[in-house]
Amino acid sequence: MSLDLPNLVFDPAEMMSRDELSTLQSSRLREFVRRAADAPLYEELFARLGFDPRAVRGSEDLSSLPLTTKEDLRRHYPLGLLAVGRERVARIHGSSGTTGKPAFVAYTRRDLKTWSGLCARFLVAGGLREEHLVHVAFGYGLFTGGFGLHAGIERVGAGIVPAAGGNTARQVMLLEDLGADVLVCTPSYALHIAEVVAELGRDPGALKLRYGHFGGEPWTEEMRAEIERRLGLVAFNNYGLSEVMGPGVAGECRERAGMHVAEDHFIVECLDPTTLKPVPDGQPGELVFTSLTKEACPVLRYRTRDIASLDRRPCPCGRTGARLSRVMGRSDDMLIIRGVNVFPSQVEEALLRVEGTAPHYLVEVSRPGALDEVVVKVEMRVQEFSDEMRQMIALRDRIDHEIHSITGVRMGVELVAPGTLERSSGKAVRVLDHRKEPARKG
Amino acid sequence: MKLQQLSLFLENRPGQLRAPCEALGRAGVDILTMSLADTAQFGILRLIVKEWQRAKAVLEGAGMVVNVTEVLPIEVDDRPGGLAAALAVIEEAGLGVEYMYAFAARSASGKAAIIFRFENPDLALGAVRARGLRVLDGDELVAMRT
Repeated sequence: MSLDLPNLVFDPAEMMSRDELSTLQSSRLREFVRRAADAPLYEELFARLGFDPRAVRGSEDLSSLPLTTKEDLRRHYPLGLLAVGRERVARIHGSSGTTGKPAFVAYTRRDLKTWSGLCARFLVAGGLREEHLVHVAFGYGLFTGGFGLHAGIERVGAGIVPAAGGNTARQVMLLEDLGADVLVCTPSYALHIAEVVAELGRDPGALKLRYGHFGGEPWTEEMRAEIERRLGLVAFNNYGLSEVMGPGVAGECRERAGMHVAEDHFIVECLDPTTLKPVPDGQPGELVFTSLTKEACPVLRYRTRDIASLDRRPCPCGRTGARLSRVMGRSDDMLIIRGVNVFPSQVEEALLRVEGTAPHYLVEVSRPGALDEVVVKVEMRVQEFSDEMRQMIALRDRIDHEIHSITGVRMGVELVAPGTLERSSGKAVRVLDHRKEPARKG
Repeated sequence: MKLQQLSLFLENRPGQLRAPCEALGRAGVDILTMSLADTAQFGILRLIVKEWQRAKAVLEGAGMVVNVTEVLPIEVDDRPGGLAAALAVIEEAGLGVEYMYAFAARSASGKAAIIFRFENPDLALGAVRARGLRVLDGDELVAMRT
């Protein structure tokens, strides 16, 4: 259901017809692949594969292009993607790598202008106006969130409080005393702000926040509802990653039924992580992006490892960019059960549908005979526990039904005693795979 | 009178039944009667205890998930046909019985107590009394054991 918000569009390109978009993508791709060959990473990759960039006539040749992975970037540390002379580099950002060294991305002045325009698109789609004051609680540094959103807000012409990260009590004071209308940060930080407001005994109603733009990590509809309830604002999702640009790759409109990808700047594919073939729209697959306009660090078919689905149906807002669902998980989390790709986040979704909130759960996979067997252990909580046996059985059956409905796989559901599943301070362990073969890497 | 019955979720594996009983024992809580309903994977242990609030706190403190349900202890003649007679009255009153179980002791005057869980305990309380059944209270149950 669309929000009661005027449908303002920052860039008319957002409303381009699918035909025009297709033609634009094709011609941009052709030119772009040739320029990409100037980057050491692609020069080496094309040579190694015997790939001729001039053979790419348009989007129809997309699948003939090699994929780029994070490992490729690491191998060409620090700036293997750089396709222009160093003197043209106007900015460098980076994302934290799990192996210690960041993955750097560079921008020319023109890239920075493109980038700020992309951020402006989703900010405006989500209610931002010139007269607003925006509180930016993203870190300002190598991380693309702070500077990226800052530039986007400046393009819209709105005011900025560059609060950056940390010292949440001070952030609350700034929000109260300066009366910002819009909040920008990660969804978990937004919740943290709400918690600190409560801890300090402050009245969340005293905050003037109307809209929030949250991204940088996957988050659920349940979290959105909680953030909205606790901060009294309307929350919008946006998606991006530094290797592809930063924030601004996709963002929600007032329909909030998926995030529109800026397809005039990125070709988006949704691929099966093992076969690397496109999955049908609506089905989950790994997001792969090809930039069409980046100068400093062109990126071709970059594997994000993020799992989501695409929706190319027309959106009531009129924007024609394909819509991305929420990111459901990582392709590295993926399980293959009886030939079907299953993600732990799908099990979590099933539990959310049955209960409204997800209890602790564990997916155990084994192969006692010839076939894979899965048992989902679900920890009992007071809200699920009924004194009536048939209600308990009905609960278990409902969970079983939802899991089957979402994943297509019939799993056993076991209700287990509270506190029996392992807790962790980091990411929760959701899967135990007892099968002898190592999980196939997607 | 309505009684507060505690019910616990028990996973079907070793130690699950002993744990709550041990916790209650250590806390000096007196169990008056109990019933265990089971499926292949899990069970529900239902307990009538002397101090239900304290018992609930003890069990929750031990990490268990506890529900409180209102049940009615109905007096029944302790002879063949006694239970059937009471059930006839209940059926005639149109009341649905979710489950029932017997109280462990019997009174000196040849009466037994059966714990009944009705869908609507308040409605059931009025209806069974109106038809001549006696609903016991907690003190009477305790007295039956001596």
